[in-house]
Amino acid sequence: MTILPSRTKALALAATLLLTACGGGGASTTPTVAPGPTSVASTGPTTPVPPSGNVTLTGAGATFPALLYQVWIEKFATAYSNVQIDYQAIGSGGGIKAITQQTVDFGASDAAMKDSEIAALPAGTKILHVPTALGAVVVTYNVKGADGAALDGLQLDGDNIANIFLGHIKTWNDPAIAANNADIAAKLPATPILVVHRSDGSGTTNAFTTYLDTISTEWHASVGAGKEVKWPVGNGAPGNDGVSAGVKQTDGAVGYVELEYASISGLKSAKVKNAAGKFVAGSVDGVTAAADAIVDKFPADFRQAPIINGAGDTTYPIAAYTYILAYVDQTDATKGQTLVAFLYWALTDGQAEEKAIGYAPLPAAIQAKALAELHQFTTGGTPIWPG
Amino acid sequence: MTARSRPPRAGGRTSRLPDRVFRSGSGLFGASVVVILVVLGVQLAVNGDQALSTFGTGFLTGSTWDPVAGIYGALPYIVGTIAAALIAVTLAAPIGILTAIFLAELAPRRLALPLTFAVELLAAIPSVVYGLWGVFVLGPVLHSTVEAWIVDTLGWIPLFAGPTFGIGLFAAGIILAIMILPTIVSISRDVISAVPDSHREAMLALGATRWETVSRAVLPVARSGIAGAVILGLGRALGETMAVTMVIGNGEHIPTSIFSTAQTIASKIATTFNEAQVGLQTSALIALGLVLLVITLTLNVVARFLVWRAAGVSGGGRT
Repeated sequence: MTILPSRTKALALAATLLLTACGGGGASTTPTVAPGPTSVASTGPTTPVPPSGNVTLTGAGATFPALLYQVWIEKFATAYSNVQIDYQAIGSGGGIKAITQQTVDFGASDAAMKDSEIAALPAGTKILHVPTALGAVVVTYNVKGADGAALDGLQLDGDNIANIFLGHIKTWNDPAIAANNADIAAKLPATPILVVHRSDGSGTTNAFTTYLDTISTEWHASVGAGKEVKWPVGNGAPGNDGVSAGVKQTDGAVGYVELEYASISGLKSAKVKNAAGKFVAGSVDGVTAAADAIVDKFPADFRQAPIINGAGDTTYPIAAYTYILAYVDQTDATKGQTLVAFLYWALTDGQAEEKAIGYAPLPAAIQAKALAELHQFTTGGTPIWPG
Repeated sequence: MTARSRPPRAGGRTSRLPDRVFRSGSGLFGASVVVILVVLGVQLAVNGDQALSTFGTGFLTGSTWDPVAGIYGALPYIVGTIAAALIAVTLAAPIGILTAIFLAELAPRRLALPLTFAVELLAAIPSVVYGLWGVFVLGPVLHSTVEAWIVDTLGWIPLFAGPTFGIGLFAAGIILAIMILPTIVSISRDVISAVPDSHREAMLALGATRWETVSRAVLPVARSGIAGAVILGLGRALGETMAVTMVIGNGEHIPTSIFSTAQTIASKIATTFNEAQVGLQTSALIALGLVLLVITLTLNVVARFLVWRAAGVSGGGRT
């Protein structure tokens, strides 16, 4: 079903996926299935490119992928100088509102739209979720060990994380935490645990509370999952930055942030026990592994819930897709053509940019599905990029 | 506020066209202010109606805000808003009033001018700067000094009990106090200056000291105007968002101590509105805005009334 636009692109794509180290195209030596030059096949569909006139696209939404989109937009504008794309990082909920009210050309969200949100769309319209990258939520901590040095190498299983955020585990030297950390058990101090959580609604909170909701029946019964929940304990702080700052300033603090923020802020993050019983640090590879593990169950409408406790030894247990949202039928043909071209570029060349700046690229199977999804875009009923 | 008499219309002479245009034009713009306020209130009420009609008075008295379960009670935020504002006023009122007395009555002219300028400059600092300063400088300092000391000495009173985090109601109150100081100082100073010199001269002629003159002749006359200045400051403290959001700790509970983390109405709206789900949650946040509007509007009306009365008593100019 997956129809790749041209042999050149297909090979470049394969090379990118196999050798994520570099973004080079050099596909000429790869064995080709069918003989032929590396020119655009005369009968097959072509690579979507933006129209030649000046075009401006506006988008708004999630803050998590803002850095990635900024890099993409710059690189895309270098290739097509007539295209200008503005992306405003106003938050996932804001992105969904903006696309619902049709004030932007595309929205972006860390969480797939809910049924109720889809029902709120203008009558007769349909929206597509285009996955662009994956993120992970890591548990960060700032604890001065019993020996006076900063505690490092903390490991936590799901029950411990849930009990910390439920307020049942109150000190760092709790026997349950020590049971996860045989190596550093002697260093665990009697410092009280201070939970720092997001005070604003957030896709990060959605992924993290979905994790807690999945692993803890008590959390499921008393709190639940969502972008904003009623936290049993702890202080709130706005944004990933706010949580990082809050954790950094208090000895004994624990919080949760997006993977990229943990490395930016220099905070330590705990290894989390995955479904295979291994303690895994949050990493780009661990996230892609998580996504790979559930490729078969990926929903047809692309609205994948956060990936919790995926199978596999190297899988990190708290991961989620981030999406670009756009209407299937683009009222403005020029903008529609530009959007499809941009998304095509993002799903192919753009994927190679992700790892270097802390984002997990899509698994190959999902990438292929997303590329095929682009064929659905129409303008005035006519396919923009016939497949 | 004496109504100014209209320009007399001589019999037979109709007012000229520019006059008419001027009068209707400025009348229109004047009316637009009222219209904007009314539309604002109505919009808030209409959009917040879903939450208000779902929960009734429970919206004001409920202490649970749970978007997952769809239960919204505003009490923690109402208490947080009022508590932070009260702490601010408790700190800022005495400092502000004494500064105003100094500037209006005691300071030599060449000292009064730069000081007045400096106080008014405080009002020009963006609130996000106050917030940053609060988080990175004030919070840690408070945590290790003032808060630790208060908890050690007065901690047996629940209102002053720990634990302390540096950020929280107390830090927010201090930041707000600094922010409302210019309002209190400049209005109080104007009100004090509006007291006619004859009052002072009479007291001084009787052989009264400076202190007696100020405390017996000036302050009683200016009293309600100063009260108005304080209430205007309180109004500003209630609505301040950015700085408070950054230092109050965003605790989703009714604060039990002045060191508790808390959440104000304004910061709750600012932090969660963007990601709020369409429907009940959005409606509840808009209803929160309506509650805040009612609180600040009431206070401002009271303040205006007091300032107006003070100006009336002193016989000074219109305010």
